[in-house]
Amino acid sequence: MFGMRHVLSMREFSRDEIDSVLDLAEALEPYARGGRCDALSGKILALLFFEPSTRTRLSFETAMMRLGGKTLNLGPAEGSAIAKGESLADTIRVIGGYADALVIRHPKEGSARLASQFSPVPVLNAGDGAGHHPTQTLLDLYTIRKESSLDDLKIALVGDLKYGRTVHSLAYALALYGADITLVSPPTLEMPATIKADLAGKGTIVRETHDLDSVIKDVDVLYVTRIQRERFPDPYEYSKVAKSYRVVPENLEEAKTGLIIMHPLPRVDEIAPEVDGTGHAVYFQQSFYGVPVRMALLKMLMGESR
Amino acid sequence: MKLRVTPIGNGTVIDHIPPGQALNVLKILGIDRTTEATISVLMNVSSRRSGKKDIVKVEDRELKEEEVNKISLIAPGATINIIRDRRVVEKYTVDMPDLIVGVVRCPNPSCISNTSEPIKSQILVKSKNPVVLRCVYCEQAIAEKIADYLI
Repeated sequence: MFGMRHVLSMREFSRDEIDSVLDLAEALEPYARGGRCDALSGKILALLFFEPSTRTRLSFETAMMRLGGKTLNLGPAEGSAIAKGESLADTIRVIGGYADALVIRHPKEGSARLASQFSPVPVLNAGDGAGHHPTQTLLDLYTIRKESSLDDLKIALVGDLKYGRTVHSLAYALALYGADITLVSPPTLEMPATIKADLAGKGTIVRETHDLDSVIKDVDVLYVTRIQRERFPDPYEYSKVAKSYRVVPENLEEAKTGLIIMHPLPRVDEIAPEVDGTGHAVYFQQSFYGVPVRMALLKMLMGESR
Repeated sequence: MKLRVTPIGNGTVIDHIPPGQALNVLKILGIDRTTEATISVLMNVSSRRSGKKDIVKVEDRELKEEEVNKISLIAPGATINIIRDRRVVEKYTVDMPDLIVGVVRCPNPSCISNTSEPIKSQILVKSKNPVVLRCVYCEQAIAEKIADYLI
């Protein structure tokens, strides 16, 4: 069911394609935990990170190594051809000749799409500016499927819903599963109207509120994102908002037993450390699930069956 | 209606351009001061269909369909008349292509298509009426002031 040559945007995934990635991730999870697998032995994955990244870069590296493959890392931009003014298109054509697939993170939106037009090998988008980050969305969906359920899901997306790219593509993907979505954000950081209209057009139930406490008892998943300080011109306004969207154990007293709390990390103040010990916190598992999900994508794009 | 410009003998007449868009039509067609053809531009003339309209006449040059279809972005109802020996030999309404290459710049300043990369802008036509476009690269929608983004 997976006929994609590149992984660039969640918009290009059908529900069947998502399911096939999640199914393979599940099959590979034991190997992500340390089992032996040589599915990509002899293959090379090039990691081109033009912006800092810890989790995404390391989990791609781990995923490739767990599959028996090797990775190439583009060193610091200084000293390399990029510092000499080489275009991204040329860099991609050159490195595409050294590796069997490329992972790219770049500050400009659409950069992964450009890379796919010049690359002789598959391209995986690991974040293009404020654009897409499809592997994050896939690992979010995997987390929901493993720790809760994608069927009849009631989810609240909390925090910066205006600028946060992860919540936009997650919302689109959840629409494919008929989820009931509640948007919880400060008035100034509401989800853009075009996205809400798109979701409603797909028949998704979308509710909106500014009050976090009013939704916690009804939902199966609380997906919390960071509210960025720099979005607020006035530090006082930020502190007021940050406080009202902080998840603490007291918020969770009326929550469903099976409620899970997710966060793409890094977190700052949105979730109190005391929540980590409750049975609701799954954000560290979520981070680990990036490995089997990325293993699945790498195997699908580079494996023998293609 | 009194004719302000006489009919042309050979060439292309672009009629039913929305009032005020004639100069943008010339821009999209790449017709500028370097052209040697005789060009007539009529702006804000009376139209039974739409009240006011612009008309562009290009003498001794028959514009190709794929060339004129690009103007549908700003003049979706424009009609093209190919004239030979003072007779209309072909007449059609412009049809918006599904993909427009190198005509409209993406309005997103952070889009890779607005850098010095060796690519042309590529804009998908998401809806023809109303005109809604989407950048192939960054996927940003363009629905308003399309003429402002002409390259």
